[in-house]
Amino acid sequence: MDLASILLGGLAAGMVLFVVSVGLSVTMGLMGFVNLAHGGFAMLGGYAVVLAMRHWGLPFSAALALGFVAVALLAALLERTLYARLYRASELDQVLFTIGLVFVMVAGVTLTVGPETQGVQLPAWLRGQTDLGLLKYRTYSLALIAFGVLLMAALWLGFERTRIGAQIRAAVDNRRMAESMGVDVRRLFTLTFALGSGLAAAGGGLGAEILGLDPQYPLRYLAYFLIVVAVGGLGRVSGVFFAALALGVLDFVLKVHFPKGGTMFIYALTIAFLLARPQGLFGKRA
Amino acid sequence: MSLQAATLEAATRHRLRAWEALPWLAALGAFFLFPDYLAFGTQVLVMILFALSLDLVLGYAGIVTLGHAAFFGAGAYTVAMLAAHAGWNEPLSGLAAAALVAGLLGLASGWVLLRTHGLTLLMLTLCTMALLEQAANMFSGFTGGFDGMPGLAYRPILGLFEFDVLYFRTQYLYALAVLFACFIALRVLVHSSFGRSLTGIRENLLRMHAVGAPVRARQVLAYAVSAALAGVAGAVFAQATSYVNLAVLGLERAAGVLIILILGGYGRLYGAFVGALAYLLLEHTLSKAYPTAWQLGIGITLVLVALYARNGILGLVDALRRRWGAR
Amino acid sequence: MSAVLLETQGLSKRFGALEVARAIDFRLEAGARHALIGPNGAGKTTFVNLLTGVLAPTDGRVLLDGEDVTRLAPAKRVKRGIARTFQINQLFRGLPVLENVALAVAERLGAGGDMARPAGRRADVLAEAGRLVELLHLGADAGRRIDELPYGRQRLVEIAIALGLEPRLLLLDEPAAGIPSAESHIVLQAIAALPPDIAVLIIEHDMDLVFRFAERITVLVGGAIFAEGTRAEIAANREVRAVYLGTALDA
Repeated sequence: MDLASILLGGLAAGMVLFVVSVGLSVTMGLMGFVNLAHGGFAMLGGYAVVLAMRHWGLPFSAALALGFVAVALLAALLERTLYARLYRASELDQVLFTIGLVFVMVAGVTLTVGPETQGVQLPAWLRGQTDLGLLKYRTYSLALIAFGVLLMAALWLGFERTRIGAQIRAAVDNRRMAESMGVDVRRLFTLTFALGSGLAAAGGGLGAEILGLDPQYPLRYLAYFLIVVAVGGLGRVSGVFFAALALGVLDFVLKVHFPKGGTMFIYALTIAFLLARPQGLFGKRA
Repeated sequence: MSLQAATLEAATRHRLRAWEALPWLAALGAFFLFPDYLAFGTQVLVMILFALSLDLVLGYAGIVTLGHAAFFGAGAYTVAMLAAHAGWNEPLSGLAAAALVAGLLGLASGWVLLRTHGLTLLMLTLCTMALLEQAANMFSGFTGGFDGMPGLAYRPILGLFEFDVLYFRTQYLYALAVLFACFIALRVLVHSSFGRSLTGIRENLLRMHAVGAPVRARQVLAYAVSAALAGVAGAVFAQATSYVNLAVLGLERAAGVLIILILGGYGRLYGAFVGALAYLLLEHTLSKAYPTAWQLGIGITLVLVALYARNGILGLVDALRRRWGAR
Repeated sequence: MSAVLLETQGLSKRFGALEVARAIDFRLEAGARHALIGPNGAGKTTFVNLLTGVLAPTDGRVLLDGEDVTRLAPAKRVKRGIARTFQINQLFRGLPVLENVALAVAERLGAGGDMARPAGRRADVLAEAGRLVELLHLGADAGRRIDELPYGRQRLVEIAIALGLEPRLLLLDEPAAGIPSAESHIVLQAIAALPPDIAVLIIEHDMDLVFRFAERITVLVGGAIFAEGTRAEIAANREVRAVYLGTALDA
C-alpha cells in the first residue's frame, strides 16, 4: 500500500476514535469521573443504527441521528440516577461501577441481538471509490475524515463562542471557581454527559464499518479510548483530536506491517509519553 | 472506648484468632469430600493467592491498578518457558524463578509508574499489561501465542509427588501448601509496622509524607512484593494445568481478580478467600450453561456493590454482626 | 538569648506572573512563639509550604540550624525536625485516633520500614502515642475512628500527630479554623501547653488567640513582609491597623 492510502485509512480510523472519545475526555475532565463504560454507549449507538436501518428501513443518516438522541437520553437518565451517586466516591468504586455497567450492556446486547458481528449497509453515495485526482480512495473513509474535521470545527466553535462552552472550559479548569461564579455544574455535567455519550453513539454507528460491531466492542477498544483521552489531556478537545488521529494512523500502519503484536509499540509509546507528560498533550500541569 | 482498650486493641490486632483455622480446615476437608472437583479446587486456591497479592496493593496500599494480571502472566510464562526452552522443569525452583521475574518486573514498573496517580496510573498499569500481552503475541515462536504452550511436563515436587494429570490431587495440595506459605508471609507483612504505614498511605498520602515517611519507596516495595506473589500464583497455575496461553495476562483476568477481591472485601486478607470461592463457584455452575446470564449477573452485582456494599461480602457480614450486637 | 533555628533568605515563589512570596527574610529562634498574620491571600500558607518543602521556591534559601535545606524533600525535613498541622485536616480518617498518632510516632522512631515485627509489639510506639493522646485530652476518644469525631476534636489529633514527630519547629496552620467558638478553648489550652523548647509558628485569623499566644508577630501582605515586631509593637503599628487589623476588627 502506498503512503497516501495508509495515511487516509489511518486518518479515517482516527476520526472514528475522535468522535467516540471526545465526550469521554470532556466528562472526565469536568467531573474527574473514571468512566470505563463510555465505549458501551458507542456500542449501543452502533446497534441502534444497525437495527433502525434493518427493521424500520431508516436511511443511514436518520439512523445515526436516532442513535445519537436515544443514547443521549439513556445517558442522561443513567447520569441522574446512578452516576451522580458516585461523584464523590473513590476511583475504585467508579471503576467497579462502570465495569459492571459495561458487562450489563455487553450481556444485554448479546441476549437481545445476539453475539455475532453486525454489518452496516452504507447508502449508495458512500460506497465505492472517489477519484481524488492523484489517487482513488474509498468514499466512506473520505467522508469520515470530512465529518471528523467538521465536528472538530463545530466543537471548537461551540467551546470558544458559546456560553455553555465557556462554562465547560471554566469548570474543567477550576470547578470551584466556576461554581462560585454561578455556573450550575451539576446541570452542566448532565448536559455534557448526554451530549458526549450521544457523540460516542454516533461514532459507534459511523465506525461500525471500520472497527466492527459486536458485543465485545466496549472491552476490545477500552484501552484505545482511554489512551486517546489520557494522551490528549482531560477536557482538551483539540488534544483528543490530535491524539486520536495519531493513534489511528499508527494503529493502521502497525496492523499493515506487523499484523501480529504490532500494537505493542502503541502501548510502549503511550507509557513513555504519559510518563513524560502525565497531563497529556494540552493539559495543564496540576 | 478508653485509651487502655484502644491500646490493647492495637497491641493484639496481629494475634491469630481461633476462627482463622477455618479456611484451612475447610480446604483440607474439601480434599477428602470432593475428590472429583480438585481441578476446580486448585483453580480456586490459585485465584485466592492472586487476589491476596492484589489486596496488598489495592486494599492496603490503596493503589488502584487495572493491570495486575501482568505479573500473574509473567510468573506463568516464566515457569512455562523455562520448562519448554531450557528444560528447567523442577517445580519449586520454578516458583522461585517466577517470583523473582515477576517481583523484578513489579519493582521496575512500580518505580517508574508510581510517580503518577489517578487516571494516568490506571492507564499506565493497563498499558503495561497490554504491552506484555502484545509482546507475548509477537514472539509467539517462544510463547505459543493465542494457541498457547500445551503439554508441558514438570518433575515431581521435591522429587516425591508426581503431578496428577487426571484428578489433580497433587496439584491441589501443592497449591494449598504454596497458598498457606504465602498467606503467612503476607499476614506478617500487613500487621508489621510497614504494613500499618501502607494503610496510612492509603488513608492519607499527604499526611504520610508530612510525618516523614518515604512514601514512594514503601509503595514501590509493596508493589514489588505483590507482583512476586502474583507471579507465584501464575506459576502454580501454569504448573498445575501444564498449559499457558495469552489469557493469563489479559484484561479479562485482571478484571476478574479485581472483581473477586472487591466481592469478598478488600483490605482484610480473608476477602480474597470468600470472593474467589463465591465468584468461581457461580462461574463454574452458571457460565457454561448460561454464559450471557452469568455476565449480566456479574455486571449487576458490580453495580450494586459499588453503590451499596463497598466492603464486599465480609463487609456485609460485619454490618449484620454490628446490627445484631447492637440489639 | 537562644540560637537562630530557622532562617529564610530572599525566599520567593512565582506562579507565572503571580508573585505569592516576595523575597521573604525571616528568622525564628529556638523556643520562639511567633505568629504570622495577614489578610486572605497574603501568602501565609504558601510560606508554610515553602518551609516544609511542599513547594519549591523560585528563588532564595531556607536554612535550618544554619544548614541549607532548600532542596530537601518534605519527608527529609520532617526528619530534621520540622512538623506541621494543616489548615484543612489531613488525617487517617478510617483509623482510630490512637493509631493516627502511632503512625507518626512509628516514623519518628524508625519503625515504619520494619516488615516483620508486628506493629502491636512496638510497645514504645503505642506508649508514646497514648501519652500524646492523653496530653491533648483525647483519651476517651482514643479508640474512635477520625470520621466519627466532631471537627474540633479532629483538630486536636492534627496537633497530636505533629507533636508525635518531636519537632524542633512546629508550624500550626490556622489550628482554630473551623472549630465552633465554644470549643476553641480546647485548642488554646493545647497550644499553651506545648513544650517550651519547641519553636512555634502559628498562622491564625483569631486575633484574640494570636495576641494571647505569640511573643512576636510578622504581618504578611501580598507575599511580602509588611511589618514585624513584638505584639505590643504590632498592636501599636498604625499602618498594620490600617491595612489589616482595622479591617479584621471591623469584620
